[in-house]
Amino acid sequence: MSRTAFINARLLDPASGLDTQGGLLVADGVIADLGPALLNDGLPDGAEIVDCGGHVLAPGLIDCRVFTGEPGAEYRETLALASQAAAAGGVTTMIVMPNTNPVIDDVALVDYIERRARDTAIVNVHTMAALTKGLGGEQMTEIGLLRDAGAVAFTDGDKALASAQVMRRAMTYAAHFGALIVQHAEEPSLSGGVMNESELATRLGLAGIPAVAETIIIERDLRLLELAGGRYHVAQISCEASVEIIRRARNRGLPVTCGVSAAHLQLNENDVQSYRTFFKLSPPLRGEADRRALVEGLADGTIDVVVSSHDPQDAEVKRRPFAEANFGAIGLETLLPAGLALVHNGDMPLARLLAALTHAPSDLLGLGRGRLAAGLPADLVLIDTDTPWVLDPSKLKSISKNTPFEDRRFQGRAIRTMVGGRTVYVRGDGAGH
Amino acid sequence: MTSAEKQPQALFPHRHLLGIEGLSPADITALLDLADTYVEQNRQIDKKGSVLRGRTQINLFFEASTRTQSSFELAGKRLGADVMNMSVGASSVKKGETLIDTAVTLNAMHPDLIVIRHGSSGAVELLSQKVSCSVINAGDGAHEHPTQALLDALTIRRRKGKLQGLTVAICGDIMHSRVARSNILLLNAMGARVRVVAPPTLLPKGIDRLGVEVFHDMAKGLEGVDIVMMLRLQLERMTGSYVPSQREYFHFYGLDYAKLAVAKPDALVMHPGPMNRGVEIDSAVADDINRSVIREQVEMGVAVRMAVLDALARNLPNERGANEHNRGVA
Repeated sequence: MSRTAFINARLLDPASGLDTQGGLLVADGVIADLGPALLNDGLPDGAEIVDCGGHVLAPGLIDCRVFTGEPGAEYRETLALASQAAAAGGVTTMIVMPNTNPVIDDVALVDYIERRARDTAIVNVHTMAALTKGLGGEQMTEIGLLRDAGAVAFTDGDKALASAQVMRRAMTYAAHFGALIVQHAEEPSLSGGVMNESELATRLGLAGIPAVAETIIIERDLRLLELAGGRYHVAQISCEASVEIIRRARNRGLPVTCGVSAAHLQLNENDVQSYRTFFKLSPPLRGEADRRALVEGLADGTIDVVVSSHDPQDAEVKRRPFAEANFGAIGLETLLPAGLALVHNGDMPLARLLAALTHAPSDLLGLGRGRLAAGLPADLVLIDTDTPWVLDPSKLKSISKNTPFEDRRFQGRAIRTMVGGRTVYVRGDGAGH
Repeated sequence: MTSAEKQPQALFPHRHLLGIEGLSPADITALLDLADTYVEQNRQIDKKGSVLRGRTQINLFFEASTRTQSSFELAGKRLGADVMNMSVGASSVKKGETLIDTAVTLNAMHPDLIVIRHGSSGAVELLSQKVSCSVINAGDGAHEHPTQALLDALTIRRRKGKLQGLTVAICGDIMHSRVARSNILLLNAMGARVRVVAPPTLLPKGIDRLGVEVFHDMAKGLEGVDIVMMLRLQLERMTGSYVPSQREYFHFYGLDYAKLAVAKPDALVMHPGPMNRGVEIDSAVADDINRSVIREQVEMGVAVRMAVLDALARNLPNERGANEHNRGVA
């Protein structure tokens, strides 16, 4: 029986509120015990000892929005490579989107992802299946069968489900299975633009995407949700008005949740200056007031989860004029550092940030992870919250280097990652693969 | 550039002309003054100069344009440059060559000046980062068209003797117009007062923060102005998407004598061309030799482009320097 003893750790479990110096014992892939007094009476024989040096030991991060290139665009990123990037970022579970080629809209394809992940990935991988066949926005997928095959939620990924009728039926039908519907909130007829609609877009001569493209869909879907029932999650919100809408809906008791990307918590539209395509995201980066509102929304719990929205794009489709370049940025390895910047800035306590990266996504998707508790799988991350470093894209695991954080100064990162009791990443020695 | 350090007082201290943004009033004045001399040269029997002798100029047009391309071609030839025209269109995109590949390929032919027009905002700036010669923006998307703004300014300055203090109304499709953006920047820099007049659907968000007064009504917007600058409205935008119809657009925003009557009696009418007669401008107004300077704008266009080519070429390394420079980047 393999055992690992983490000693001299700051145990931080956002779900229970635990924040104490102590130790944690892993045996046979699960958390066997933890606590301040644990291991005080001597170390177990034959266990690997990890001296945490006072660093934070927390549940491994769960990233519920990851786009990969497998199947269909493996040159951008395979599940294996994405999982290595995840491990290096402290992410122990990643939820992959169905926007692949072919689209993950069939039981056999969910099986394929699960098998490929089992054989090649070093972190847990779950699938969000397509909500409509071929992401076409017209016919529902086999929600029940896909759920039974392991799909954790249903979404058209980075495509909005535009038809109110289809959304209404999907909600009504999914409610019966308790299945979660995840929407990319962007009204297509208002989304012809390439960046936030603003004075800056006007100066740059770029077509804008107004914030109402997002709020119209959220408000419409909330009306449908009242009518149809079920569970509804907005994958990423980007503006102040959306935070307000979600806050009000929550107060009315509607079962709505939402996410925000780490990039949208750190960056704003001014970063686009002089047409930098690595800042071309969907939804677009918006103004500073919007970014502030997102940070506040996360701090006060209106926003439930933080995602990377990791989306590898090769140089070919990014080194283009801004309007012609693809949307998307990688983010698995910067999810935690970008989040920690908010903590260092005094915007929220570390436990609040980690809650949105651990038990909140686990509860949202019914994963049964994201906590430090005896009996749960030993998905853990050891976090050095303080050491400053500068992001060098060439050192990222992702083969696609489209990060908006090039040369960014960060403070803190994951230094060791464990998935199911197996160490998959140790900073500095590349252990685990 | 070490060559720039050797010339402490460059006429135009920029390597490229990517837009009006970033130019000082002194830069603009220097180009207009130089262009004035070329207006005179172009009116002589012998129009040929030699300041660009030995230089290679490539006109790289990703968007079709008869008048701007021929204006740049003539400008280069009158200065003695070897001019090559490349109309890329969609064909090389179909062949799979990227924009940057095209730039790198052309750069390997050692041009001195590349004039670029592209349908995407920012594309010319992107290309300028990949080449070692001087780049002139001949229009990028809805972003900038600096030589158009310069030729408009030259036309106005020659007629009115100044730019400062004039009131200029820019009318029509502001939203999609690079001509409008470059003119707003230039006229503001030179101390003119700028108005924009358009239906709300053709005004981009935040335009009021670019230093313009916004009007939706021609009768108010043209009141007392010195210059009426009309913009082209593409026909496909007049079938219900931005404005309901050509008829309605002409009725409210087309320039005719009745609307022009509220402008100053000596107000000039301008249009960057090509015109949609009877849509944004009445034919009689367009052809009125007492009011319209539209043909003069075309003449000024050649002179301004000669001035820009000349000014940028003065900053290029000389032949021996060029070889050293090229060895440096290789």
